[in-house]
Amino acid sequence: MTCNDRILIDDWHVVADLDQLLQAGSCKTYLLGVEVAVTAGRDGQVAVTLADGKQQLPCQIKYGFVWTSLGSPERETIHIPEAFEDDRYIISGGSFPVKVSGLRVVENFLDMGHFPFVHNGWLGEEPHTEVAPYEVELTEDNEIIATECYFHQPVASPTAEGGIEVEYKYRVYRPYIVALYKTNPLYPDRKDYIVLFIQPVGPEECVVHNMLCYIKEGMKEPDIRWFMQLIFAQDKPILENQIPRRLPLDPRAETPIRADKVAILYRRWLRDHSVSYGAIPATEA
Amino acid sequence: MLKLYDYELSGNCYKLRLLLSFLGVEYKSELIDFYPGNQHKSPEFRQINPLGQLPVIDDNGLVLRDAQAILVYLASKYDPSCKWYPRDNPEMLGQISQWLAFADGITGTASAARLHDALFYNHIDVEAARAGAHRLFRVLDEHLFFAEEAGQDWICPGDHPTIADIACFPYIMLSEEGGIPRIDYPAIRRWSDRFKRIPGFTVMSGVFPAGPAAKDSSKAVA
Repeated sequence: MTCNDRILIDDWHVVADLDQLLQAGSCKTYLLGVEVAVTAGRDGQVAVTLADGKQQLPCQIKYGFVWTSLGSPERETIHIPEAFEDDRYIISGGSFPVKVSGLRVVENFLDMGHFPFVHNGWLGEEPHTEVAPYEVELTEDNEIIATECYFHQPVASPTAEGGIEVEYKYRVYRPYIVALYKTNPLYPDRKDYIVLFIQPVGPEECVVHNMLCYIKEGMKEPDIRWFMQLIFAQDKPILENQIPRRLPLDPRAETPIRADKVAILYRRWLRDHSVSYGAIPATEA
Repeated sequence: MLKLYDYELSGNCYKLRLLLSFLGVEYKSELIDFYPGNQHKSPEFRQINPLGQLPVIDDNGLVLRDAQAILVYLASKYDPSCKWYPRDNPEMLGQISQWLAFADGITGTASAARLHDALFYNHIDVEAARAGAHRLFRVLDEHLFFAEEAGQDWICPGDHPTIADIACFPYIMLSEEGGIPRIDYPAIRRWSDRFKRIPGFTVMSGVFPAGPAAKDSSKAVA
């Protein structure tokens, strides 16, 4: 299915993890239903073309990933100050294909309500299932921010020992890019940072690339990747069993609860920006 | 202490975590960055296992590879009841070995399809892998159906599960990640529900526990 959403066509998207690309030399993948070829030359120069080789696409390397666009990008890729802080690990937790719309993945990432059920014993536990009220706003930069999100977590991080009360902040930068800031157990005033760069492969299929920016102190690199994969692989079968696979934008399509405040704004924001790829657009009343 | 070279998302590593948990044996996991780091193919890891595969254990200097072989070893060494691997019963040993080999077939098909769909193993012929998994699942489903008819809960005869059940369980449970639905295998579903109620059962990412009601009833029996 082709994409007609200018906001997505004229934006940057991740299509490959640079380390993986350099090992393989080249790969083919899909972006918004269009097959693209990503190649790394002997000199390390990376290029992205349409798979038939007829057209060169814009390309840049950032945060260890290859970014491209099917149109004319009107804005830069997002800026992440945490990725430039020397006392953080900056690593990919691995890119994972998921058979569901990337918009569903964003929404799941924003949802604290599933912690005690899907991540039982790690990010939550029964019977502590209530999501306390939190704040949501649309910023001047046209991003969605959710703050004052508190949750008690038995094993909140790769090195957590015992349960702690964790504070989250969520941030939706672009329709397919979402991040969270999460209490670091050693530095109450600083937060670990996780961002998902979701590659919309098709309307019901995506690859979830991610960058993990964890404060090094008290943390070991392999544990970070292990924890990310442990958690993500718990989400994956749930995501792949969501029906419909695309995200319905009609406010009456799925019944939200108070804990879904940020998801409600996300869906409205997608509607306001006419994002239909990976979505089921709202019908006019 | 027993060391397990381990990867969270590996069903073959999960087999050993399951048995060690059932037996209550303490061990230490050494995490190997299978994906995306490909650490199991590194020269350093090939010193431990020249095949470049997980899992491997190191038990006080004895280094063993291959999930099925390690199940045999661990059950023989650490299960005083001899129920998981009844080493004095030739009929049982023959049947267990038969199903351990069958489990390797599940790895070669259902696990291969999962690697293709979930971890970018693009060189795998996924349609052939899925078809092969369905052939094996059909065989096991029929076997379990007739076993149930004979009053038998597990893959091999007797009132106690064996390492054959452990060897078959993980990649069956993860099959949907490789595009292999299990809706046509009701006897497999009933067997896997029973398996999840074995005291000491643990999950891995992608495998869900039995419902709470079921857990309570198993407690009542235990």
